[in-house]
Amino acid sequence: MARYFTDEHEWIDLEGDLATVGITDYAQEQLGDIVFVELPEVGSNVDKGGEAAVVESVKAASDVYAPITGEVMEANAALEEDPALVNTSPEEEGWFFRMTVGDKTELEGLMDAKAYKAFCDEL
Amino acid sequence: MSEETPEVDELGTLPLDAWHRTQGGRMVPFAGYEMPIQYEGIVAEHEWTRTSASLFDVSHMGQLSVSGDGAAHELEKLLPGAIESLKPGKMRYSLLLTEAGGIIDDLMVTNAGPHIALVVNGACKWDDIAHLREHLPDAITLNHYDDQALLALQGPKAGEVLEALVPGTGELTFMNAAFFDWDGVPLWVSRAGYTGEDGFEISVHAAQVEKLADALVADDRVKPAGLGARDSLRLEAGLPLYGHDLDQNIDPVSADLSFALTKKRRELGGYMGHGAVAARLADGGTIRRVGLKIEGRMPAREGALVFAGDTEIGRLTSGGFSPTLGYPIAMAYVAVEHAAEGTTMEIEVRKKRLPATVVPMPFVPHRYYRGK
Repeated sequence: MARYFTDEHEWIDLEGDLATVGITDYAQEQLGDIVFVELPEVGSNVDKGGEAAVVESVKAASDVYAPITGEVMEANAALEEDPALVNTSPEEEGWFFRMTVGDKTELEGLMDAKAYKAFCDEL
Repeated sequence: MSEETPEVDELGTLPLDAWHRTQGGRMVPFAGYEMPIQYEGIVAEHEWTRTSASLFDVSHMGQLSVSGDGAAHELEKLLPGAIESLKPGKMRYSLLLTEAGGIIDDLMVTNAGPHIALVVNGACKWDDIAHLREHLPDAITLNHYDDQALLALQGPKAGEVLEALVPGTGELTFMNAAFFDWDGVPLWVSRAGYTGEDGFEISVHAAQVEKLADALVADDRVKPAGLGARDSLRLEAGLPLYGHDLDQNIDPVSADLSFALTKKRRELGGYMGHGAVAARLADGGTIRRVGLKIEGRMPAREGALVFAGDTEIGRLTSGGFSPTLGYPIAMAYVAVEHAAEGTTMEIEVRKKRLPATVVPMPFVPHRYYRGK
């Protein structure tokens, strides 16, 4: 399994032809207490860089972008019951959705964990 | 992921700036200053304020005074509240109005003995000062205490905490103020705030505010809290926020602030904007500020439009998730025919319609200390 990161603070796990997407620990820390997550509908198509989800903290709503192009196969129902999972387990249980990988070349511009850490350290 | 960052020009530095950073405050631009939005987290700070006591830095607010012969009388020409009859140490919530009845600012007015003290919103203070100088006679002195800091200690344990530190403060009841001497440091303490909880606002010279802040958080019952929690608390308390729920296009009747219009002054008038306000009182106006309970968990924010069927009937001016209640709440201006308690409507958020119901405010009951 390979994990990639975007400069918009999404992470993406690649397992075969399926990708799991969430927001990073850095992102949840910046957002603060998360009270609601609006997830994409299963079966909908998302475009790389397009709005795919919305995460609402106590203070504001923030867009979450799709890191690659593909079709949404599953949304994390656990977030409906407990949106705070994004705070407590952002890079595991607090995943947002699973999607197909339409074009693997889109992964080329993404960062690995080391590069992402260096990127955050600069912010 | 993206978030909007407001554009700002030059930012001022508050006396406690370094203190906030040492305490772990995350600083953001607000009302022309860098201010702490949160320390450990908005929800934790919100809940701490509801159960113990939190220290807020509100030094961005304007602390003004009006003095001289007939100062109260002159001020009454600009405010709809009874100021002349205010006894020493008593406070009142009031409004600065335009000729057309629009709200220039909301403020606290206190008879401080030798002068009348005003606490005005941080973002409005320069306009307020200009307005007051323009309309008060030259013989009336207007002071801006820009070397005074202002701390708000808020929460059910605020009374016992402050009494332990500054004996005598526990005797104050809601909307009363007095001078105290704390170890040689003069404090102007008022039992008020903007969280709906019991609490105090403490005016102290900038040179001594750090010492006072340290002494307050040295008490285990007190933690620092930021603007984020202050906003969610005041929303639950049903209190309007200037620049969001109030502005110059809104009059006191539409804003549901008629309580600030003293009965006698409603009839006699004599203040700027009275004609417009009297007309609005008579006809009821066309819009009203209401509190809304929103179904589900998705919060709706300022700017969201409100619908009755296909008809747009209003707009949200404040909204968010209520940590105390566990569901989203909002304030909105809606057409008066939809303003009655229990009326249902829909709020549009990202092309979805969220069902909402008009509920009484405050959303969370006030717990002011009115004496034993």
